[in-house]
Amino acid sequence: MNAAAAAESSLQPPSEASVARHETLLALARSKTFVVGILIVGFWIFWVIAGSSLTPHDPLAQSPSVLARPFGHYWFGTDTLGRDVFSRVLAGARGVMTVAPLAMLLGVTGGTVLGLITGYYRGVVDEGISRVIDAFLALPLIVIAVTVITAVGQSTVTLVIVIGVVFMPLVARTVRAAVLAERDLDYVQAAKLRGEHAPYIMFVEILPNIMGPIIVEATVRLGYAIFAVAGLTFLGFGVQPPSPDWALQISENYSLLAGGSYWWTVLFPALAVASLIVGVNLIADGLRQVLDT
Amino acid sequence: MTESPATSAAALEIRDLDVVYEVRGIDRQVLRDVSFSIDRGESYGLVGESGCGKSTTALAIVQYLPSNGRVRGGTISIDGRDVVSLSSRELRRMRADAVGMVYQNPGAALNPSIRIGKQVTEVFTTSGVRDSEALAAARDVLVRVQIADPDSVLDRYPHQLSGGMQQRVLIAMALAKSPSLLILDEPTTGLDATVEAEVLDLIDQLQEEFETAVLFISHNLGVISKMCQRVGVLYAGQLVEEGPVEAVLHDPRHPYTVGLLRCIPRGGVRKDHGRLDTIPGFLPSVGDQPPGCIFADRCALAQELCRTEEPLLTTITHGHASRCHFHERAHELPREEAAELELPTVDRGVPPLVRFDDLGKVFRQRGQPVHALSGVTASIWPGETLGLVGESGSGKTTLARSLLGIVVPTTGTVTLEDDELAPGLAQRSRQEVRALQIVFQNPDSALNRRHTVSRILRRSLKKLAGLTGKAAEQRLRELMHSVRLAERYVSSRPAQLSGGLKQRVAIARAFAGEPLLVVCDEPTSALDVSVQAAILNLLVELQAERRVAYLFISHDLGVVRYLSDRIAVMYLGKLMELGSAEVVFGGPHHPYTEALLSAVPTIDGGGRARIKLMGEIPSAADPPSGCPFQTRCHRKVGEICDREEPPLLEVEDGHQLRCHIPIEELRRLQERDAVGV
Repeated sequence: MNAAAAAESSLQPPSEASVARHETLLALARSKTFVVGILIVGFWIFWVIAGSSLTPHDPLAQSPSVLARPFGHYWFGTDTLGRDVFSRVLAGARGVMTVAPLAMLLGVTGGTVLGLITGYYRGVVDEGISRVIDAFLALPLIVIAVTVITAVGQSTVTLVIVIGVVFMPLVARTVRAAVLAERDLDYVQAAKLRGEHAPYIMFVEILPNIMGPIIVEATVRLGYAIFAVAGLTFLGFGVQPPSPDWALQISENYSLLAGGSYWWTVLFPALAVASLIVGVNLIADGLRQVLDT
Repeated sequence: MTESPATSAAALEIRDLDVVYEVRGIDRQVLRDVSFSIDRGESYGLVGESGCGKSTTALAIVQYLPSNGRVRGGTISIDGRDVVSLSSRELRRMRADAVGMVYQNPGAALNPSIRIGKQVTEVFTTSGVRDSEALAAARDVLVRVQIADPDSVLDRYPHQLSGGMQQRVLIAMALAKSPSLLILDEPTTGLDATVEAEVLDLIDQLQEEFETAVLFISHNLGVISKMCQRVGVLYAGQLVEEGPVEAVLHDPRHPYTVGLLRCIPRGGVRKDHGRLDTIPGFLPSVGDQPPGCIFADRCALAQELCRTEEPLLTTITHGHASRCHFHERAHELPREEAAELELPTVDRGVPPLVRFDDLGKVFRQRGQPVHALSGVTASIWPGETLGLVGESGSGKTTLARSLLGIVVPTTGTVTLEDDELAPGLAQRSRQEVRALQIVFQNPDSALNRRHTVSRILRRSLKKLAGLTGKAAEQRLRELMHSVRLAERYVSSRPAQLSGGLKQRVAIARAFAGEPLLVVCDEPTSALDVSVQAAILNLLVELQAERRVAYLFISHDLGVVRYLSDRIAVMYLGKLMELGSAEVVFGGPHHPYTEALLSAVPTIDGGGRARIKLMGEIPSAADPPSGCPFQTRCHRKVGEICDREEPPLLEVEDGHQLRCHIPIEELRRLQERDAVGV
């Protein structure tokens, strides 16, 4: 019936047609930053799951050899109660790696919803919410968190909620920018022209197209969440004793640094926190390079 | 290393150029054996569809290939100097002094945060001219590109200039150092017809004045025909035909050129005369090299020989060469068989399908009212195509969007089958929503890139036709069939489809709810001509099958003429002329229509004398007094035009005009001028 068109469709589609997802994974596997990040974070996730069952000593068990120097019987030495620092470092990821990802999830989910709404509706809704967000951003996270925790009492749930809620406006800002770039594209108009409602357009049409920046933002937020949890724990508002949490170890032992001795009780947990944050940020950088083209 | 430039050397000489792009460790050849030369003062056109290697050629000449691209073989010499072997310092000198380049998007070629003056003087200061002299020189080049008040332009930022003005500035910068070669890569593609015509005239004049050799890259054969002496046709990285413009365009000897020329609706062809020819198939993917002729897969004349032996570029007559074994038979390329299409006969005795009544829209821009649309009254009958023509800012899109309910008009009403439509989409009933649909200009942004074809079409079937499950499945197949989209694409995502296929999906979506009218907003301007022809054919077929009406917006007058029953010409938000396609094109027409028609460069050339319009399109925020067109009108009768806006009057049966000059007078004037050509 239509020779030309039939011929057109019987030929191969352009071979550049790439299987996008496969390509993305391949690019990630080729990114050194990403792979190194995954190895570091993977290492700590392993220890979060394994916990104290695989450590050479029980991280909570006290021993008579108090403040033993490292690289002897105890690789990283022992602390004031004679607990093995090496085992405590390995087991110390659990507290922060529970609170931080949950807080990140809460922040990213809430922030995405907020960002979609403000970016999609613009106008008065956007103005109103954006002002509140700006006010929020003016306060340091630690100040808000300390105030709230003092008021309602310390618990893991409070910690997750406080950090998550503080992150929402930050995530919302990124998501809003991505939505603004999408909302004027014709596919959004086309959706309106078949009578779609706003929630459908926001969540089914626009959301899948802005997953790239959201994933990057989520990873960045995870880094900051770890940072925040460690900071609050150090101040005594976060993970509570007797957990072998890194920041808790630092906070318990930093006074020992005064004379320049007993450095191992602080240095090794500090390196552990640093490595985790660096690992997460490496993943974020790798993702950004691949996803934000 | 550097030969002394012989005085007889061509401005540009390319021999056996091979360029490869390295993709995932594999070299993919994008240019093969390309050879051509441009003499001093000559202008050479390079045509071909997207992906043929036109821009790669330009980038290779100035050694600006992307980091994964390199010249694998062949030579490029400018003024007898081999470009490929130049050191990076010499290369910089060469780019600064010997070559000027102008790109398609003038807005992106100028730095938005630096004043024009600084950007133009920089051209001079980089080669050691002192600041004070550079400013004078900059002023001087702006005068040469006919910028009326160079001092004020020098003081402005790029965004304060119109597109045409920006392109003039860029041409001025490119010509500032009197280069021996000027490369123009689609220099007028984003510009309005009247502005394009002015820029082309300017390039023409400057070329004579400076005796510069010009490499003119364009997909538009009309522009090439107007601007160039010789032309090369690129296909999949090979030069398939080359020769004097006259010979190549009027006696093409390669089936690809023949096909390309036939795709274009021209010479007043209309949809009822027959279908447009298309070039079946796709461009081979980059780096593919079949054993025989590269075009054989798409060539209806291909023989056994074509698939086994690669043809060489052979000379036919003086300077005219073709890379085809059977070039003497190229013109025998079979035509599209005329399908028996029964186009709906438009009965204007019945009530119209859609009526615009005194439709107006005022936008607010920084508190200033901008009249995007004012007092538009028109009707569209069932099964009819109303073409909408006008330059950017004329209100075409606003009119279409008010019809669809995306833009809420400030005044006036839209009526659908005698029922007044709610101004906003959200207040319209499902029946009203499904009756009016749109095909967007850019299929890339019109389709959600994360959704599959099936998902896109099913959702429309559900929302517009209320179909789900088995019934939807059945309709989905019918729909894909009716837009000639093979079923295996059903689970593809847009990125896996070519531009033409994407546009078919978008058309299928628009037709999912059996619409009564479809707005086509420049549906083919993002596509290559061969694909454009197939899409236009499809739109005509769908109209014949379903008696759908179209509101067809396009800046391409050939396309509008092909498809439209009646044409509305808009200027600054007002209807200037409305009439049947024959009347609007045949005349007597409104002076603006006349100018618009004369501005379009055609392959057949001649015919109309170019009407030079004065000045720029006025801003809709500050429209002129009296007749909107009076500031640029070449037939302005006098003070009445400044003072009084002419009404839109029915001057003959079904032909409305907004002009103070009586129709008979217009007829006389236009006939007189036509004879004068």
